[in-house]
Amino acid sequence: MLNSSLAQLGAALRAKKISGVELTQLYLDRIAKLNPALNAYITVNPETSLAQAREADSRIAAGTASALTGIPIAQKDIFCAKGWRTTCGSKMLHNFVSPYDAHIIGQFNRAGAVNLGKTNMDEFAMGSSNETSYYGPVKNPWDTARVPGGSSGGTAAAVAARLCAAATGTDTGGSIRQPAALCGISGLKPTYGVCSRYGMIAFASSLDQAGPMARSAEDLALMLNVMAGFDERDSTSLPRDKEDYARDLAKPLSGLRIGLPREFFAEGLGSDVAHAVEAAIAEYKKRGATIVDISLPNSRLSVPVYYVLAPAEASSNLSRFDGVRYGYRAPEYSDLTDMYEKSRAEGFGAEVKRRIMIGTYVLSHGYYDAYYIKAQRIRRLIAQDFVEAFKKCDVIMGPTSPSTAFKLGEKGDDPVQMYLSDIYTIAVNLAGLPGMSIPCGTGSNNMPVGLQIIGNYFDEARMLNVAHQYQLATDWHTRTPDGI
Amino acid sequence: MSLSTDDIKKVARLARLAMPEAEITAAHAQLSGIFGLIAEMQAVDTNGIEPMPHAQEITQRLREDIVTETNQREAFQAIAPQVERGLYLVPQVIE
Repeated sequence: MLNSSLAQLGAALRAKKISGVELTQLYLDRIAKLNPALNAYITVNPETSLAQAREADSRIAAGTASALTGIPIAQKDIFCAKGWRTTCGSKMLHNFVSPYDAHIIGQFNRAGAVNLGKTNMDEFAMGSSNETSYYGPVKNPWDTARVPGGSSGGTAAAVAARLCAAATGTDTGGSIRQPAALCGISGLKPTYGVCSRYGMIAFASSLDQAGPMARSAEDLALMLNVMAGFDERDSTSLPRDKEDYARDLAKPLSGLRIGLPREFFAEGLGSDVAHAVEAAIAEYKKRGATIVDISLPNSRLSVPVYYVLAPAEASSNLSRFDGVRYGYRAPEYSDLTDMYEKSRAEGFGAEVKRRIMIGTYVLSHGYYDAYYIKAQRIRRLIAQDFVEAFKKCDVIMGPTSPSTAFKLGEKGDDPVQMYLSDIYTIAVNLAGLPGMSIPCGTGSNNMPVGLQIIGNYFDEARMLNVAHQYQLATDWHTRTPDGI
Repeated sequence: MSLSTDDIKKVARLARLAMPEAEITAAHAQLSGIFGLIAEMQAVDTNGIEPMPHAQEITQRLREDIVTETNQREAFQAIAPQVERGLYLVPQVIE
């Protein structure tokens, strides 16, 4: 049951071979047993989840079930869910019980999915290792001395350890793809604007995008069918016709043109990761794809550009946390300004404060043009590189991360080293393109390696087809950590 | 350009983050490292390149000016640090 696809689980539920309550209880029991060692979940509410499962069972009995009805889904703790504590991994929101549902949560509720719990994450999604969470780091199920990646590390660990059927993540600079790669699962960041950001706690609004994380491309397609769609409450949600993202899964690969950016295979890439990615590309060639040499000359600038734009947007978004309407308020203060300064200093962790400081600086008088506008100009150069590349190929492939999962604490004192672990993922967010990661092998320490697949705007169905065909021919995505 | 510890103090004040003296040195070292990384941008020729503020070339969507939300004052005030008679309480700002 734990290794069944979402389609198989849905069929078993509708055929009444298992009930939603039984399936939910199975996962709740696993969470109770395995989560203390992994710390993948911040909050579980068994009674709430089981009540949702009972409702799903009534829907199934009434014959009105849809694809995900009764299926237990974990939600990254960045999505506001009515009645659920929603912390965003921060002390600032330790006591925040959301009075409303994010659009994505509403979509899962309408589909009859069961909310299994809220997964751990880097504080306000700022981090690549899950070590910035106020609730402690998540452990990688493949080796608990190593990080799961971040910021959607709790989700990645929960999927890898079979502590949910599938789950949600968000990706601002790689926060779905990098943890998916490090935990050996599949994850998709859609085109910017495909999933509504309403009720998804904002980090960098021009880059943030929600997406599914699961055990296979086929499961990602079913998840995205529920998550995607226009929502007027998000001013950047794109009005588009509803798509079936599973429609092209079965298409053969022959004729597919794969672009390999030479900058993604240069200095800085671990040889074990390079080896696994090259083997995956050889498999694609065997299955009829042709390889095109491409260049993304400005992609090397994506990390510096990102560390101007994302903190600038974050410093503005996080100004709402002032200890007045919700969130943490310092116990002692002398006046209003002192209350703001102490509440924010005590409520935010070190990495969040660092990024607020960077953002405040680059937006301040005298530096705005030199940093913020300069970064926006280079952002266009980075995006134009992709436009040129997609004239020659259908998808772009490369590594998701330069290394496999590193040890907890290994990059703790050096933010710049941590930032560079997102070197291959950030350009995709700056351009607003869809990107995904699927497991494609193991590295020298036997940890999973992710293959990144970057598509053109709104080409998610093709990317899922490309990933699914690989997963039909290989078994990397079916492997599980020892003891799971 | 390089950051001074005075810059750090000024930015912390603008960002409304209390920062004890002891934290300023560490913040200075880390932010200087990050701005070293960011400085790579300055070598790029961006003459004639339009800034790209957003991933999609879209204009702000407009809607009718009508009420779309219901009043949920009690639900929203239930999660506030300090409220009284429907008002949010903060330290006195006007004598």
